[in-house]
Amino acid sequence: MKQYVIIGNGVAAAACIEGIRSVDPDGSITVVSSENHPVYCRPLISYYLEGKTNSKRMLYRGENFYEKNHCTVLYGKSVQRINDTDKTVLLNDESILSYTELCVATGSSPYVPSMNGIESVPHRYSFMTWDDAEKLKEDVTNRSKVLIVGAGLIGLKCAEGLKYLVGDITVCDLSDRILSSILDTESALIVQKHLECNGIQFLLSDSVDHFNHNTAFMKSGKEVSFDILILAIGVRPNAGLIRDINGKINRGIIVDEHMRTSVSSVYAAGDCTEGKDITIDDNRVLALLPNAYHQGFCAGVNMAGGNLTFTKGFPMNSIGFFGLHLMTAGTRYDGDQGGTIYEEQSENHIKKLFCRNGIMTGFVLVGNTERAGIYTSMIREKTPIDTVNFELLKKSPTSAVYSHNIRRKMFGGVV
Amino acid sequence: MKRSWRFSAYLTPANKGFMKRVYVNEEWCLGCHLCEYNCAFANSNEKDMVSALKGKSIFPRIHIEENDKICYAVSCRHCTDPLCMKSCIAGAISSHDGVIAIDQEKCVGCLTCVLVCPYGALSPSETGVMQKCELCLENACGEPACVKGCPNRAIVYEER
Repeated sequence: MKQYVIIGNGVAAAACIEGIRSVDPDGSITVVSSENHPVYCRPLISYYLEGKTNSKRMLYRGENFYEKNHCTVLYGKSVQRINDTDKTVLLNDESILSYTELCVATGSSPYVPSMNGIESVPHRYSFMTWDDAEKLKEDVTNRSKVLIVGAGLIGLKCAEGLKYLVGDITVCDLSDRILSSILDTESALIVQKHLECNGIQFLLSDSVDHFNHNTAFMKSGKEVSFDILILAIGVRPNAGLIRDINGKINRGIIVDEHMRTSVSSVYAAGDCTEGKDITIDDNRVLALLPNAYHQGFCAGVNMAGGNLTFTKGFPMNSIGFFGLHLMTAGTRYDGDQGGTIYEEQSENHIKKLFCRNGIMTGFVLVGNTERAGIYTSMIREKTPIDTVNFELLKKSPTSAVYSHNIRRKMFGGVV
Repeated sequence: MKRSWRFSAYLTPANKGFMKRVYVNEEWCLGCHLCEYNCAFANSNEKDMVSALKGKSIFPRIHIEENDKICYAVSCRHCTDPLCMKSCIAGAISSHDGVIAIDQEKCVGCLTCVLVCPYGALSPSETGVMQKCELCLENACGEPACVKGCPNRAIVYEER
């Protein structure tokens, strides 16, 4: 009987459990969970602040998930070191677990650069965990002035979640636009305006020079006073355990298409890894929930002796702020990079489709996002655009763009 | 140069026959949109079609797509490898004997399922949380209302 050990208890770990159990009903599964919660929906912590979900609905799987899958969860425990020769892991309480197959699903941690005077700030937070959200919720009042450093997905979702709990929110970012990792300038402006209309203030192309207690002195010379500071600058993969045993890492743990690391019998999945992005044909950290599930499930199946690959990873995001939805996927190649762009724009709507070498490589949609999965599918399947009615596809994502025979197959017709 | 390309089958032939699904014979679809009304009515919990639909915006879980001379109805394929379920950030989508269902209490309306569904088969409900075809198994109709009411029998409910 195999002994599976999973380090981490996020979505990649839950998917790994489901992957293992799809092949092996009997092997023992032990999950090492540093957080004292059953697997929960990490992206929902901003909805939790806002009151749009609660502690019961936040749980990713049903209450009996672990019992049903015969798993032991060690809460509040972490791993000091993997010993890949003995095939054991050493926990923080000095106990030792043996494994036949190991999955590292350690996620990522907030990146906090050294900032002058940061220690003098009394109320400072990251926004990564349920506990972060819980503490933040307790600390704010309806008069709090909040400064959020970082106008990325985490910082802005946090801003939305806090809006009706606090007095005033300012978000600063070094970049000249918000959501710079996923949006181009024009789309970012539309979203920024919408956020401003909803009371979020921005300081862009600016960063903190130093802090002194409740004041941030910006490089531009501005001074921002605040009660609560939230650092949402970025995240870094937790790859240390693999680094320590000289496994292959770059920014994240390098995995192959079976989610195997370079260390024998050790797999990795989720935000701690770096996998192939098909839209750049190179490795990249894809710290996204759908990716974590696909990788985790794939790792689990292979750990249990099955054979599954995950070869269709690429960045994708669907996110909304105060009722305005936006979706992005893949990579935006501009004219200089050999790409062609189709775009249409109206006041609160943007559509940009990016193509290169005869396939779609990415898109940005702000406003109307209906049936966007048909675009995503073009990227995922690398569908040659000369095999579809691309003129129609530009106007509207519909399966009518496919030939009759392909559509018949897609929809399960008798061929 | 001939490219070899095929749509990867989420609905693989190996899995056909395991359960009944809703299929549309494109050649027979008239594009009359009746399926949309029957769907909205079946999921409305109202006893009378007029009070359920008259003068209201409807939010059906099936929709007609049309272009030039073609038209066909689209609803959830109940994929055997459901991307929506695997991608849901709220853990709100699950599979019960192959029927993919949404827990609307858990859904937060982030639209990630819309971003990943290759068929465009999910859409927001009136309240903003998502909805999809669940084959009318849980509502008063008990069998797909779109199939029952299709005047040209273009929509069928069968194992393939």
